[in-house]
Amino acid sequence: MNLVFIRQAGTLLFICMILILLHGSRGEIPSKPIAATILPSVKPNDGVQTYAEDQKNNLPVFTMNYPRIQIPFEITLWVLLASFAKIGFHVYHKITIWVPESCLLISIGLIVGAIMHSVHEEPPAVLTSNVFFLYMLPLIVLESGYFMPTRPFFENIGTVFWFAVVGTLWNSIGIGISLFAICQIPAFGVQDINLQENLLFSAIISAVDPVAVLNVFEDVSVNEQLYIVVFGECLFNDAVTVVLYNMFSFVAEMPVVEPVDVFIGVARFFIVGLGGMAFGILFGFVAAFTTRFTSKVREIEPLFVFMYSYLAYLVAELFAISSIMAIITCALTMKYYVEENVSQRSCTTIRHVIKMLASISETLIFFFLGVVTITTDHEWNWGYILFTLLFAFVWRGLGILVLTQIINPFRTIPFNMKDQFGLAYGGLRGAVSFALAFTLPDTIGRKQLFVTATIAVILFTVFLQGISIRPLIEFINVRRTNRNLETINVEIHCRLMEHTMAGIEDLCGQWSRFYWKDKFMKFNNRILRKILIRDSRAESSIVALYKKLELQNAMEILDTASGDISAAPSIVSLSEEKKSSSKLQKKFLAADLRNIHDILSKNMYKIRERTVAYRGKHALPNDSQTREILIRRHATIRRSLRPRSCQSSNVPRTHKYFSLPDGKSLESRFDAARWHYTDDHETLSEVAYPSQRSRFGKPARSSSSKAMIPLHRLGTLEEVPSTDVLNEESSSTGEGVFRTNSSYSDSRVPRPRRLNSSFDDNNSSVDDLRNVHEEDGAEQVGQRQPSSPAPGWVAEPRETTARNPLLRRPQWNPKKK
Amino acid sequence: MGASQTRPEHNYDDLTDKSGFSQEQIKNLYQRFQQLSGNHEKISRDDLERIPALNNNPIRKQIITAFFDKRNQHQNDVGSLDEIGFEQFLMVMSHFRPVNSTATEEEKVTVRKQKLRFLFNMHDTDNDGIITLDEYRTVVEELLSQSGAIETEVARSIADAAMLEVASTNVPHMAPDDFYEGITFEHFEQILKGIEMESRMSIRFLDMNTATMRCGKLSS
Repeated sequence: MNLVFIRQAGTLLFICMILILLHGSRGEIPSKPIAATILPSVKPNDGVQTYAEDQKNNLPVFTMNYPRIQIPFEITLWVLLASFAKIGFHVYHKITIWVPESCLLISIGLIVGAIMHSVHEEPPAVLTSNVFFLYMLPLIVLESGYFMPTRPFFENIGTVFWFAVVGTLWNSIGIGISLFAICQIPAFGVQDINLQENLLFSAIISAVDPVAVLNVFEDVSVNEQLYIVVFGECLFNDAVTVVLYNMFSFVAEMPVVEPVDVFIGVARFFIVGLGGMAFGILFGFVAAFTTRFTSKVREIEPLFVFMYSYLAYLVAELFAISSIMAIITCALTMKYYVEENVSQRSCTTIRHVIKMLASISETLIFFFLGVVTITTDHEWNWGYILFTLLFAFVWRGLGILVLTQIINPFRTIPFNMKDQFGLAYGGLRGAVSFALAFTLPDTIGRKQLFVTATIAVILFTVFLQGISIRPLIEFINVRRTNRNLETINVEIHCRLMEHTMAGIEDLCGQWSRFYWKDKFMKFNNRILRKILIRDSRAESSIVALYKKLELQNAMEILDTASGDISAAPSIVSLSEEKKSSSKLQKKFLAADLRNIHDILSKNMYKIRERTVAYRGKHALPNDSQTREILIRRHATIRRSLRPRSCQSSNVPRTHKYFSLPDGKSLESRFDAARWHYTDDHETLSEVAYPSQRSRFGKPARSSSSKAMIPLHRLGTLEEVPSTDVLNEESSSTGEGVFRTNSSYSDSRVPRPRRLNSSFDDNNSSVDDLRNVHEEDGAEQVGQRQPSSPAPGWVAEPRETTARNPLLRRPQWNPKKK
Repeated sequence: MGASQTRPEHNYDDLTDKSGFSQEQIKNLYQRFQQLSGNHEKISRDDLERIPALNNNPIRKQIITAFFDKRNQHQNDVGSLDEIGFEQFLMVMSHFRPVNSTATEEEKVTVRKQKLRFLFNMHDTDNDGIITLDEYRTVVEELLSQSGAIETEVARSIADAAMLEVASTNVPHMAPDDFYEGITFEHFEQILKGIEMESRMSIRFLDMNTATMRCGKLSS
């Protein structure tokens, strides 16, 4: 049912899209017969319209002033159309796996272009040089800069810059000169293109934009070195390309180029790049400093991020230095401090808005690429275009090969041939190239040829390479890094390794990278944080904040919960709840694990920043999860309160719950973990197995056991749902074992409580407890399976016993050996 | 570069074979060794504990202990030493050599195993080939010790959860009276199967580096 509906919705969207498009384009027809493009069309139309209105003097009952709203209106429609297209692709998830989104966007653009062409409609010339450079480019770049994974970036900063700067120079000079050589061949008829213009053109097409590739890399989780180099390269070579573009387009208009100009050009190159960086850092710090004081005006907090980074961009533009550099460094600099200063909501807002703007801007560019491909007049020159393609490919490959040979000796982990292939093949051209070509000044004689050639290169690389890179990468089996930390152990050991490595580096006196990092961290902690961050003491303790907020939450919940108690959940609905919860289970497993990871990563002493989960350009950051923990936490507490309410009749332990939330807030998160151990032994033994208690119980643990009890209950419920999910894992032998166990479980005292708790658990968003559950679910499933027809509580005793043997001894007689 | 005079060249050849370091790297490390030991033949725990940079490393104790652990010497020997000479120092360091790009798959596996073993030994303080819950807890507590926000209770429950995880992944079906004694090396390998060790546990030992050059200047 669902699927059908989705499909219908998909087709509907498609139709809507086309309708809107037609509406948009038709809408223009009556109002602006003369104007070819939106922008120039405004004035003539305006005149006409007002003239028409002047004729009737009486108060108009109904008026339409389309020209007045035309530009924003049409822009809105275009954005909407592009967004609909995006929704459309994601209806069928499989499409976007095999065909990169940029391909799809271009395709849609082509279709729209074809329709427009058939109705003889010109595309809106929204994409002028100014619009692109002042509005669209900064958005795209800001996004990349802001979401740059910081740690891997700084670890590979040398390589990134090496490829971004030298690689781009290599490409543009190589392609430029070889194209110039081609131009000398009379057969192609392009002898009028001089060296400067060739260089300009080659600079345009050497901007790689591997968004599609990054998505693929992320999906197949290639090793992080490769990923970050591609990421960084695409980011910084935009900067290099734009600098080169400006330089060459200036040079291209000069009749004669003297050697001095070359040196000036080189000097300018550095000034432009470094100057941009300086501005970026400056504005980044100012932004961070500003957000220090915004705690009272939360609603405008996100604005500062955008305004300052845009300001950095504009000021850099003002001085004609690299504005891309400026905005990137600004974003990089301020991100860390700003995110700590602003409230969590603002932080989410910032991230969302940045993502949204960038993705719109890029979508539009690709979309227009498709439209423009159809609707503009092309100058097709087989020789020039084919050679452009060839050279773009060859020089990219050569460049990677040569540059890797040079950089490899300086890397801890050298790039092997497969990595190099990934790098070379990942050299897609994209939005920036197109925009640069499209905004070439008209003084360039062969502008149309350049646009055509650029589009050809983009289409070729995006479609051919973009589609084939996933199978290829999978085929050659590039070294991968498993970035999805799935288990607590992995997380712990990653930490452990990081610390070990740092320690060993200290020991062997290799203070290359980590030494400077350490220095910076010290400087950062002692000076920068004090200046820039409001609450600089809260260093590793986002946890502290959580605790504080949680305390408030707990208070609130306590208030409401006390009223709630009377409304104890009815057991009748239990079975339904179970069903739904089994569905929930799968969804939350990952989330719970992440909770633990989260604590681990937040609280372990940080030598280096934790690897940020990579995210695609169009995916919202995973980090939001950390923010959501609060909400989830809320749920946890509620849960822990609820069972108590029902079960208090059994064991009057209510007071414990109340003591639980604030002080034990963190623990409550880990209840799952804990109850596996402690509960089984202590709480269970206290409640269900009083006789055993003396055997196992340790007075020392009793304090924690109190807190555990509710959790334990909560935990138990989960197993019920887990049956369905996990039973695949269980083997028949397991069943047998557990059956015997079940006999060992004796009293049914806890039963009613469990029922209730299971209910609650299902009810509230099930989450935290799962982390441990999945694993031991594996054991428990088996046992439960046979009893599956019976209500959940039947199974429980078995699970507990199953768990018991596992942990009992290590805990109580750790020294047994 | 006073170091090379105090140490005859042929010794390095010997060590190169054993540890896989290049001559230059050994020279550098030797200088560092001398700097740490205060120009003595042996290095002691105190020497390492005095390293200021190590002070804020939460698992400083484990790292230092690892250097005096005979198991990390590539000999089938157990126990711990009070002092280590340069050779032992080097052998411990050699755990962190990056894998050769020309290495075969087998070699890579061996190297990985070595690195894992080093980690394992850090946990397994009592040398019985099993990481018990207590041992695991200690490490996790140490790891978390630097952030005051976390109480030991939490650290414990993390360790407990982690332990349970290991148990359930490795011994999915336990008899009622079984209990999971601890993580054996095989299980350890199993749980860390998915993560890449190469990049995480390798240091690029420089052939020539500024830090040691500065030390060289100091000593000369």
